[in-house]
Amino acid sequence: MLEIRDLHASIEGKEILKGISLSINKGEVHAIMGPNGSGKSTLAKVLAGHPQYVVTKGEVLYEGRNLLEMPPDERAREGIFLAFQYPVEVPGVSNSQFLRLAYNEKQKHLNEEELDPLEFKDLLKERARIVEMDESFMNRSVNEGFSGGEKKRNEILQMAVLEPKLAVLDETDSGLDIDALRIVAGGVNKLRTPENAIVLVTHYQRLLNYIVPDYVHVLAGGRIVREGGKELALELEEKGYDWIKNMGTERSGAVKEKSFMEELQEL
Amino acid sequence: MAAPDDLRKMSTQIFTEENSYSLAHQELQEEPGRVASWVKRLRDEAFESFAHSGFPTTEQEEWKYTNVVQIAKAKFEPFIKSDADEGITQKQIAPFIYEEANSSRLVFINGIFNERLSSLESLPGETVAVDLARALTESEQAEIVREYLARSADVDGNPFTALNTAFLSGGAFLFFPAGVVVENPIHLLFISSAENSRFASFPRVLIVAGRGSSATVIESYASLKQGEYFTDAVVEVVIEDDARIEHYKVQNESEKAFHVARTIAELGRNSSYNSTVITLGARLSRHDISVNFNHEGAECWVDGLYIVEDGQHTDTHSVIDHKLPHCTSRQLYKGILNGKSRAVFNGKVFVRQGAQGTDAMQTNRNLMLSNDARVDTKPQLEIFADDVKCAHGATVGQLEEEELFYLVSRGLHTELARNLLTYGFAEEVVEKIKIDSIKAQLDEAVLNRLHARLEAQ
Repeated sequence: MLEIRDLHASIEGKEILKGISLSINKGEVHAIMGPNGSGKSTLAKVLAGHPQYVVTKGEVLYEGRNLLEMPPDERAREGIFLAFQYPVEVPGVSNSQFLRLAYNEKQKHLNEEELDPLEFKDLLKERARIVEMDESFMNRSVNEGFSGGEKKRNEILQMAVLEPKLAVLDETDSGLDIDALRIVAGGVNKLRTPENAIVLVTHYQRLLNYIVPDYVHVLAGGRIVREGGKELALELEEKGYDWIKNMGTERSGAVKEKSFMEELQEL
Repeated sequence: MAAPDDLRKMSTQIFTEENSYSLAHQELQEEPGRVASWVKRLRDEAFESFAHSGFPTTEQEEWKYTNVVQIAKAKFEPFIKSDADEGITQKQIAPFIYEEANSSRLVFINGIFNERLSSLESLPGETVAVDLARALTESEQAEIVREYLARSADVDGNPFTALNTAFLSGGAFLFFPAGVVVENPIHLLFISSAENSRFASFPRVLIVAGRGSSATVIESYASLKQGEYFTDAVVEVVIEDDARIEHYKVQNESEKAFHVARTIAELGRNSSYNSTVITLGARLSRHDISVNFNHEGAECWVDGLYIVEDGQHTDTHSVIDHKLPHCTSRQLYKGILNGKSRAVFNGKVFVRQGAQGTDAMQTNRNLMLSNDARVDTKPQLEIFADDVKCAHGATVGQLEEEELFYLVSRGLHTELARNLLTYGFAEEVVEKIKIDSIKAQLDEAVLNRLHARLEAQ
């Protein structure tokens, strides 16, 4: 579904991603972990097409198409979804109005039926149950005055409405208490199908207790320094990030990649 | 610098224009009828004041950013035909009607009351809602009118008020006796029929809300044709103790029109004034709005939304005067500017000596959709009391990049996302409007304008 090859990206002239390669198939859940500043969020934003990030090298293929040539709105209509680490407040635009527009844009793009406000209300009601969100949130401005947890739930609600093929969840667990985490993770699990793929960008292993990944990739210094199965997350939890912190700078990409392969074989 | 010859030419020119107003003024004064002598005197004094001052120039601080030389040059012809019906049909005015005020509507064509198009069935019996021209002649109302008319709208230093008063005739007189609660909003609909003729009209409104009364008034300006004309309106609002007035002004003049207006509200003890001014039309518009707290414990909301397109200029000057203690004022003006448009906001809040416990907040926010638009905003706060809560601020900004990306990342086309954010910007003012059909009109106006922009690009 997604093929990232030697991806380099920078913001304001500063290189953040220094050669990421990653392959994601449908039905898979990938976790991308790493210390602060390792480039996890940058990778998420580059995939969504944030205009501030410039790809300087490498390629990304999404369902065989060159993703980097697609504007961000088209990526979304084609099934890519980014749950923001810091969801943006949009004053004056109601949640339901916004979601219906987004939903209908996608439907139009796929030549599927668009919904009028009444029909959409039913759909929204049903999807809101996935994240246990009260209907009163639907008429409020997008994220305005929402608590941190409510914002994150609202992101998953958007995911539930748009049903993306590839969902990238950027630190969706940060700032959540245990109950909210359970609701959010439960929502994501309900949305998981053999046809879609989920990328969890997270600092902590905690979320992975609830959404169990098939693969774990560890980023440091803009490179993937370790890869493995779900056990790798536990190992990280135990040893801390100091363990891998210097790997990104010490090893060159080629050598590193080779050692991953070896490690993967060992696992 | 202008050569002496040019200066002479300029002053001659102005003299000529004033002369054309002068002829019309004379004609009005000589019109047979029962207009009281005090009215004639008011008109004469006002015309004298105007003849003395002429139109304001950008040399004057209050007119620094708004040049009215085009109004002075355009040779508008005062519309004083009191019997002119213009043959306009109900169907023609239908688009400008608010359903909520379907049977509480006064219609004016070029500033002159039109009984045939008006409808007042739903108003309670005690309420007075009449043509001002008639109230000036009929004795039962003339007394109240005489007591309040032109009391707060001083002509000296206000040339446009002077000109309006010089042509004092058509307009509305609304009187809500003590304790009367009017459920349906009263709509004052000012329509211009100008197409090729260059009319000047002088709507005048006097609203007197007696003790403990409550009413909603919609004052709207619209045009049947895209003509070039000039509206010079003055609205005086007197709110006695414990009374409430909710006042909407919707200015949607033709794109070639000039609109200059002044609103003055005088607030009694524990009274409340809630004003919302929507500015959509006119090539050049200027609105001066003043709220005077003359007694303790009153409150006002003074909100506005201006949306201007390429070639439009709008100017708001407001004065909120806390003369006495324990009054609350809230002002929120928002502007959306597109193309080569320009907006001016000058808001003064005075807190006079001894006006303790004043609570005043003033905000002006502008959204620039184009690099060619320009805003001059100047919120001013002058405080001469110490136990007060005051805040003011102004912003001029563009659409937030992060908000835009957020919407786009959900699959919205960039233009749709921009429009939605612009709509959201206006919503803060729109959501406070309590009359659904004004809301709907505004939704449509905002979205249509944005749509037009979408097609233009």
